[in-house]
Amino acid sequence: MAAIETREKVAELGDKYKYGFVTDIEMERAPKGLSEDTVKYISAKKNEPGWMLEWRLGAFARWKEMREPNWARVHYPKIDYQDAYYYAAPKNTPKKQSLDEVDPKLLETYKKLGIPLHEQMALAGVAVDAVFDSVSVATTFKDKLNEAGVIFCAISEAIRDHSELVKKYLGSVVPVSDNFFATLNSAVFSDGTFVYVPKGVRCPMELSTYFRINANNTGQFERTLIIADEGAYVSYLEGCTAPKRDENQLHAAVVELIALEGAEIKYSTVQNWYPGDENGLGGIYNFVTKRGDCRGARSKISWTQVETGSAITWKYPSVILRGDDTVGEFYSIAIANHFQQADTGTKMIHLGKNTKSRIISKGISAGKAQNTYRGLVSVHPKAEKARNYTQCDSLLIGGECGAHTVPYIEARNPTARIEHEATTSKIAEDQLFYCLQRGIPQDEAVSLIVNGFCKEVLQQLPMEFAVEAQKLVSISLEGSVG
Amino acid sequence: MLEIKDLHAKVDGKEILKGLTLSVGAGEVHAIMGPNGSGKSTLSYVLAGRAGYEITGGSITYKGEDLTTMSPDQRASKGVFLAMQYPVEIPGVTTLTFLKTALNAQRRARGEKEVDAVGVLRLVREKAAAMKVSEEMLKRALNVGFSGGEKKRLEILQMALFQPALAVLDETDSGLDIDALKLVAEGVNALRAPDRAMLVITHYQRLLDYIVPDRVHVLSAGRIIKEGGKELAHELEAKGYEQIIKDAA
Ligand SMILES: Nc1ncnc2c1ncn2[C@@H]1O[C@H](COP(=O)(O)OP(=O)(O)OP(=O)(O)O)[C@@H](O)[C@H]1O
Ligand SMILES: [Mg+2]
Repeated sequence: MAAIETREKVAELGDKYKYGFVTDIEMERAPKGLSEDTVKYISAKKNEPGWMLEWRLGAFARWKEMREPNWARVHYPKIDYQDAYYYAAPKNTPKKQSLDEVDPKLLETYKKLGIPLHEQMALAGVAVDAVFDSVSVATTFKDKLNEAGVIFCAISEAIRDHSELVKKYLGSVVPVSDNFFATLNSAVFSDGTFVYVPKGVRCPMELSTYFRINANNTGQFERTLIIADEGAYVSYLEGCTAPKRDENQLHAAVVELIALEGAEIKYSTVQNWYPGDENGLGGIYNFVTKRGDCRGARSKISWTQVETGSAITWKYPSVILRGDDTVGEFYSIAIANHFQQADTGTKMIHLGKNTKSRIISKGISAGKAQNTYRGLVSVHPKAEKARNYTQCDSLLIGGECGAHTVPYIEARNPTARIEHEATTSKIAEDQLFYCLQRGIPQDEAVSLIVNGFCKEVLQQLPMEFAVEAQKLVSISLEGSVG
Repeated sequence: MLEIKDLHAKVDGKEILKGLTLSVGAGEVHAIMGPNGSGKSTLSYVLAGRAGYEITGGSITYKGEDLTTMSPDQRASKGVFLAMQYPVEIPGVTTLTFLKTALNAQRRARGEKEVDAVGVLRLVREKAAAMKVSEEMLKRALNVGFSGGEKKRLEILQMALFQPALAVLDETDSGLDIDALKLVAEGVNALRAPDRAMLVITHYQRLLDYIVPDRVHVLSAGRIIKEGGKELAHELEAKGYEQIIKDAA
C-alpha cells in the first residue's frame, strides 16, 4: 500500500528526491544554541520529572568535555553546535489527540510520504507512532496493544507515566558518556519511542515509527528504548524521510534495545533521508548510536537496515551478547550515490558462552560516493565456543566510487570460531547486456541486478517493507550507469 | 527482414567484421558456420547492439528500419532476440522474476498491457514443459549453477516466450546431449513462421539435420566467403573449413 502511494508521489513530484517538500506548520522553537538553559527549556517543555532533568544536565556537562570523533572515513565541514535549534515542535498540539484532531496539513504530509495512517494501517496490522519533528502527535492501535500489556508510546510520555522502567533501562546499554553524539543526544533528546513487552508476550503486531525532520535547521535527537522482558517477542520498524534543504541537518539518534532471558527483538530500519544533491550540496548528517543488549540467556537481537539516504552516515548497530547462548544478527544494505559517504557496520561483543553472531553486509557505491564497512567482532575470555560468521559484499557501479572493508577481530578465547568472507564486484557489463538484450531498460536492469545482490538482506524485512525497500534501492540508483 | 550490407565492426580498436553482407528474408532460416574466431559471435553482438561493438562501416536494416540507431533494449522489444553462446548468471534474481521483468518490459515498450504474475506463470509453465525446464529451476537464481545444457534450454524457453521476429542462435547446440539437441531443435522448428526469420550459428552439421536451413553461409575472417543451400553444410563437414576457404580464395 505504502509503496504504491510512494511511487505515485515520485511521478507527481518529478524531482530527484521525492520527499523534498516542507510542510508549512507553525513551529515552536527553543532559542538557538546549546547551553544549560536549552537543556532546561527542553525538559520543561516536556514536563519532565526532576531526575530526568538531572540526567540530561549530567550528560551536558560531560559533552562539554568531549571532542567530536574523527576516525570514520567521512568528511564534512565543521558543525557549529551553537548555530542550531535543539527543540522544535508543531505549535497548538494539545497532548493525546485522536487522529481527527491532527492538523490536516500534517496528515497531508504523511500522505505525501505514503504513510497510510488510517484504515490501511488496520489492514496492514501495523501500529504507527508517528514522530513529527520532535513531538509525537498521533498514535494508533493503543487499545489492542494495551490488551496484550504492551507499552508503545512516546518516550516523553513514558518518562512521565512509566518512570520506573525508564529509570531502570535508559542509558543502561548506551551509557551517557558512550560517545560524543550519544552524549549530546542524552542531553537534548527531543522525543522518540518507548516499547515495553511484558514477560512471555508476543507483540501482536509489527510496531512502526516514521520519522520526519521538518523544521528548518533543527537538529533531530531521537531517543528510542525497547525492552523485551523474559520470553517476549517484538518486531519494530523504523522508516524515515526528510524534506529537501540546502543547509546540512544534524541527526544524532540513540536506540537502546534490551532483551531479557529468552526474549527476541527484531529491529528494522529503512533510512531514506535527503542525501544531498548530485553536486554534494545539502543532505542529512546521520550520526547514530544503536545498540542492543542480549542481557538474558538465550535471547536474540537482530538488526536489519536499508540505508539509502543521508549525506553522511555514521552508524554501527551493535549487539552485546551478554547472556549464554545468545544470538546477534546484523543485516545491512548501504547504498551511497553521488557524493554520499557511508561509514557503517556493526559490533558484536561476545561475552557469554555459546554466543553466536551473524553479519551480512551489502554495500553499493555509485557516482563519487564512498562506502565503508567497519565491523568489530570481539570475543571475550569467558565466551567459550563463540561463533561468528561475517560476509561483506561490495558492489561498485562506475569507476569513481569507493568501497572499503575494515574488519576488526579480537578473539581472546581459543575456542572461538570466526569466519570472514568479503567480496568486491562491479556490475558486470555482460549482466547488463543480457538484461538489455531481453528488453529490460538500463535503470531497471541495474535495479534488478542490485536487488538480486541485496536479496539476503531484503528477505529479512517484513513483506510490506521489503517491497518499499526494493523501490528505494531502485530510485536511489537511478541514472547511475550512464 | 534483415539486410546487412558491407558491415565493418571493431572491438577494442580491432576490426573483426570486414565487409560482411548477408540478407535473410521473412520465414527463412539461415545457418552461419565458420572457424573459431571468425567473427560469428561478434556479428550476433553487433546485431543486438552490445556496448563496445563499434560499427565503422556498412549498414544493417531490420524490417526496413536502420537497426544501428536503436538501443539494445529497443531492439529486443522490436523482436530481435539473441540466444547467447554463454548465457549470463545473475545471482539473487530468480529465473521467473527475470522472465516476468523482461516480458513486461518488452510489452511496455510496445505499448501493450503488462501480464500479471499469474499470467506470466501460466505462459512460462507452458514453454518450460516443452523445454523440460523444471519448476525448481524457475525458482533458482537466473543461470546460477545451471549446467551448460540447462542454460541453453532456458535460452530457447525465452525465445518461445518472447516470440521474436528475428532470432539469432549462437551455438545453442554446443554442450547439449543428443536428447536436448532434439528438444532444442523441436523448439526452434515450432517457431518457424512466415513472419519470422532465424540465424543459426553452429559448428556442426548435426544440428542442421534437425533444423533444416534454407541457406548456409560460411564466415571467415569477418566476411561471408561462401553461400549455398543445406548441402553446403555437408560439404563443410566432409572437407573441413581449411579446404573450403582455400577453394573460395
Ligand atoms: N574485446 C576484444 N578485444 C580484442 N579482440 C576481440 C575481443 N572480442 C573478440 N575479439 C576477437 O574477435 C575475433 C572474433 O571473435 P568471435 O567471438 O566473434 O568469434 P566466433 O566466430 O564466435 O568464434 P567461436 O567459434 O570460437 O565462438 C576473435 O579473434 C576474438 O579474439
Ligand atoms: Mg562464438
